[in-house]
Amino acid sequence: MSKFKTRRVKGTPAISTASLPDIVFMLLFFFMTVTKMRSTEVMVKIKIPKASEVTKITDKKLVHYIYIGQPMDAGMYGTGSRIQVNDAFILKSDIPAFIETERAKMPEYKKSMIITALKADVKVKMGIVTDVKKQLRDANQLKLMYYTNKKGKK
Amino acid sequence: MAKSKRTIPEINAGSMADIAFLLLIFFLITTTMANDQGILNILPPPITGPPPPVKEKNVLKILVNANDQILVEDKLYMKLDELEEFTEKFLKNNGVDPELSVSPEMAVVSLKNDRGTSYNFYIQVQNRLRKAYNKFRNELSQEMYGANFADLSEAKQEKIKEKVPQRISEAEPDDIGGDL
Repeated sequence: MSKFKTRRVKGTPAISTASLPDIVFMLLFFFMTVTKMRSTEVMVKIKIPKASEVTKITDKKLVHYIYIGQPMDAGMYGTGSRIQVNDAFILKSDIPAFIETERAKMPEYKKSMIITALKADVKVKMGIVTDVKKQLRDANQLKLMYYTNKKGKK
Repeated sequence: MAKSKRTIPEINAGSMADIAFLLLIFFLITTTMANDQGILNILPPPITGPPPPVKEKNVLKILVNANDQILVEDKLYMKLDELEEFTEKFLKNNGVDPELSVSPEMAVVSLKNDRGTSYNFYIQVQNRLRKAYNKFRNELSQEMYGANFADLSEAKQEKIKEKVPQRISEAEPDDIGGDL
């Protein structure tokens, strides 16, 4: 008979959860790095139209947004469609100046690559959109994206 | 003198996971994944000089009025599905029908809307036109390389784009419907 008694442990051993924080931290860091906080507060009602033939933009830094829709605070701003950029309502004549500031933020080689994303409500009429387009053309900002949500295959 | 035998008590790390979870969940719900997508459009540069001459039959004229109705070639009233079909037919014509395009290289789609057209409908029309182009490009790439257009290398895509250039021109809109 052996001197040492091997003590048999019955049942399965408990799973060590010591590495759980590590796993969670890994996930945490992943989400922290990909999170982009919403920088502007949208002040217009926007329901994005749906389309199937969409292009994806991979470089988010190139994109700046123009919002068009009915103001949420109709008592203050009326019910007509308004143009919003960077937390403020602007007139269509202010768009070239806005584009210019967006361009100024970019390094030289990227200045021609910037994209204007138009987030407009489905109910907006083309008149105001056309005005915005015309201003963009005058400002020589020709890359325009109509922001849409993906429509499932029919 | 008494020997000070102070030992730092071990910090219990058991709740670390809870804290991390809390932060994780916060970032999970605030995250918006990169989903910037839409219909990319290249506006024409500011006008310099007269437009290049284009033969009448190479142009597909599409009018969208303030009531979101489509008129094609000044005579055909169409629904969205029909428009898509007709655009495809127009592109693939290759001179068969004397009223439609001579070749896809020459084909131009001219879209004109009213100031009163709804934005949603305009997007739907643009979407259908692009769909017709993409469908045609896909067919061509299947024929030439046996693969979908999206899966081709950039050089091959360029070749197809040369054969089927996507020319959607937009005219200055009318102001009949009025804008709000």
